[in-house]
Amino acid sequence: MSRGPLSLMVGLVVCLGVSLFGENFIASNFAYYYDILITIGINIILATSLNLVNGYTGQFSLGHAGFMAIGAYASGSWSNHLDPVIFGVLGGPTNPLATNVGLFISMFFAGVLAAIAGFAVGVPSLRLKGDYLAIVTLGFGEIIRVAILNTDFLGASRGLSVIGSYTNLFWTFGSVVLCIYVVLGLVHSTYGRGFLTVRDDEVAAEAMGINTTKYKVLAFVVASFFAGVAGALYAHFKAFITPEGFNFFRSVDIVVIVILGGMGSTVGVTVAAVLLTILPEGLRALAHTQFVPPAYQGLLENRLILYSLLLITLMLTRPQGLFGDRTASKKRFVRSRETDG
Amino acid sequence: MDRLLEAVQQLINGVSLGSIYALIALGYTMVYGVLRFINFAHGDIYMLGAYSGYLLAPLFAHFFKFGEFDTFTAQNALFILSGAGLIMVLSMAICAVIGVLIERIAYRPLRERPRLNVLITAIGVSLFLQNMTQYRLGADPKAFPQLIPVHVVEGLGTLTVLTSQLAIILATVILLIILRLVVMRTKIGLAMRALSLNPTACSIMGVNNDVVISFTFALGSALAAAAGILVSMDSPSINPLMGNLPGIKAFVAAVLGGIGNIPGAALGGLIIGILETLVIAIGFPQWRDGIAFAVLIVILLFKPAGILGRVEREKV
Amino acid sequence: MDSLLKLDNCTIRFGGLTAVANFSMEIRKRELVGLIGPNGAGKTTVFNMVTGVYRPTEGDVLLAGERLNGLKPYAITGKGIARTFQNIRLFSSLTVFDNVRAAFNLHLRHGPSHALIRGKAFLKEESDIENRTMELLKIFNLDRLREAMCKSLPYGDQRRLEIVRALATQPKLLLLDEPAAGMTPTEKSNLMRLIEFVQETFDISVLLVEHDMRVVMGICKRIYVLDHGVRIAEGPPEEIRRDPKVIEAYLGEEPGVGEGESER
Repeated sequence: MSRGPLSLMVGLVVCLGVSLFGENFIASNFAYYYDILITIGINIILATSLNLVNGYTGQFSLGHAGFMAIGAYASGSWSNHLDPVIFGVLGGPTNPLATNVGLFISMFFAGVLAAIAGFAVGVPSLRLKGDYLAIVTLGFGEIIRVAILNTDFLGASRGLSVIGSYTNLFWTFGSVVLCIYVVLGLVHSTYGRGFLTVRDDEVAAEAMGINTTKYKVLAFVVASFFAGVAGALYAHFKAFITPEGFNFFRSVDIVVIVILGGMGSTVGVTVAAVLLTILPEGLRALAHTQFVPPAYQGLLENRLILYSLLLITLMLTRPQGLFGDRTASKKRFVRSRETDG
Repeated sequence: MDRLLEAVQQLINGVSLGSIYALIALGYTMVYGVLRFINFAHGDIYMLGAYSGYLLAPLFAHFFKFGEFDTFTAQNALFILSGAGLIMVLSMAICAVIGVLIERIAYRPLRERPRLNVLITAIGVSLFLQNMTQYRLGADPKAFPQLIPVHVVEGLGTLTVLTSQLAIILATVILLIILRLVVMRTKIGLAMRALSLNPTACSIMGVNNDVVISFTFALGSALAAAAGILVSMDSPSINPLMGNLPGIKAFVAAVLGGIGNIPGAALGGLIIGILETLVIAIGFPQWRDGIAFAVLIVILLFKPAGILGRVEREKV
Repeated sequence: MDSLLKLDNCTIRFGGLTAVANFSMEIRKRELVGLIGPNGAGKTTVFNMVTGVYRPTEGDVLLAGERLNGLKPYAITGKGIARTFQNIRLFSSLTVFDNVRAAFNLHLRHGPSHALIRGKAFLKEESDIENRTMELLKIFNLDRLREAMCKSLPYGDQRRLEIVRALATQPKLLLLDEPAAGMTPTEKSNLMRLIEFVQETFDISVLLVEHDMRVVMGICKRIYVLDHGVRIAEGPPEEIRRDPKVIEAYLGEEPGVGEGESER
């Protein structure tokens, strides 16, 4: 097996190991940090998948939360209806095999459904450029949210309770490993250079024989798949979801991570996801220390004000984000010596 | 006859709603015309206009007796209108300044950079305005003071037209006329039009592009502020997020009319307003917001240049 | 049949404006052909018609007998027509190496799913592409710059890179859009030799759209002349140089057609 898939296998095994031996220990003794850990994982998946579209392919999508919503609601209702069946066959909710199988099927279903939605949205939208694409994807994200809001069997505005399986570290970070593997594996290949050409100069890319629409749609579909998976993980983590949790601000949250990390740098985006998940918690803690006068406490706790200032400052001073000038191009994952791999 | 009356009623409702969208849409279209940039934060200027009125009105409430009149009469009409007019003009001025400041601080430094950067900055500005307002003034809806008496206009038979709706329509007409005069008859209006066609030629001809751009922002922001005041006269509940939906719908209106085209923006606004009213009238109020998105998607897929717009080809 | 590209009575109208009218052109295999004309003559329009950016309102564009009308630009490149750009459009975030490597996408046999599985066949193809990219870069003396960002290269090198990139798509016909623009006389002489080298070594045809008469007259075997969207002359350089219609078209444009280089 060549180096790439081998790393994937190793990564997944490590996650499995940590989960098997450490899960219960961490979950019971460090519950607060456990929650943050899962949230970090979900955010990494969301951000690295969006980075494929916004960063590597240069298409500005503002509707990622919509696909997360599809994944969350699809897997939520799927689990609610099908887990009892699975438990009946494999034996009760206390059987770890049953819960994990249930979760896996649910996640997969969520990803596929979100990917199909990504295709449906992407094909008409991706012919638009820049600002227009942003607005249309925003529009689609909102349409999805409003549709869910008006759908009764999904709980509408009351929200949906998700029973049955629960997310664990293996599925969360296993998905993280898979997502990063897929993104990097795609980009670091001759085929993957195509994404970058679409970002740099579409006209020139077309002139070099690259079907830019195909690349954009592929990036969009792959990203939507993982957004759906992230949504499924989220639904089975919070056990209760509402349409409001997948609104435009959620999409902006993810976009901020991608921009901070540096569009087109998976490493950067991963780091940014960790930072920006921890940051609100850190700020909240800081706000209550003696360093901060009470008048400014509210300001520090208001994530969105800080995010907006962060966005503006970043764009003015360092638009390439933290890791943006380490372009994908400089690393080559395929070396001539690998033919005997 | 009933049907006709009903249609006229809905038409008036639609035009009233559409006027608000038109006023906001003009700001989007003018800024796009001179900068080729969608000012994401424009909807929040509309919100700031409403809040400006909310904060200013108490200062003049005693003098203009806001809220003390029940109906319009021939005697008090002028007095009432001048009171409301003053608040509106002041709000417009404040927001014009805010608009110019935003452009100066957040957008101008990014003029040479890729389009994407300034779009992201605009999102940041929008979030900042909304959340700052929320933080300082509270997220809960506030009651906008009554600047004019709101009641059904008399003498129209069974037609239910509110004074506020009439005010919206009349004010919009006046503002549109003023705008037309400015754009067509003044030097700076000429500069705006020239700038939207060819910025390089403009600066070579001695036009100070920066001043013209600032002026465009001021103009657009003033109109959005006017919309904010007018809509609050009709529907007196304001909140920090009130700019989001109207902002998006007005953007759709601008695209519908042909982005960059001033009459197009007004036309687009009216169409969206009428469509939205129709959707409610035929019994699907929960889709009133969706109709604008549907229009956007249809337009962008089939005629991205809009009704009155021109297609800009990329030179290869 | 020796004919490679054939434009058969092509007309392009934009709204009420006729940019090109009844234009016919033929390029044979292994030919170096030039297309010239005063500013606004329609050269770029013809260029874009061949590369699929515009669709002819009337008439046909044929490549080895196959009709290309209405095909998208990437499909036309797939048929064997590659191009460069007047304003040099390199992929600015890619290294010199990757700019060329990206152009191998056209003939890639192993797509995205293979990139994820990374089997033997995929790795072999990637390795092949690497080697072929290096070969191309070596031929054109760009191999030592392979890790450089293309924006940092001198103008002449950027031009050369653009041509190399186009060659990576394995074309039968190479279209060059004013490649001499902005070059010094020495650079232009090098360019002339480069184009002839490319044409011979890669055994392809070249269509050169160019403003500089010295360059065009120096290397093209045949030249087409456009004025106001209409073909006014066609033939070898010696004939074109003396053609009264051509001279008249250029009167007021540049002093003396073919006598020394233009002002630009």
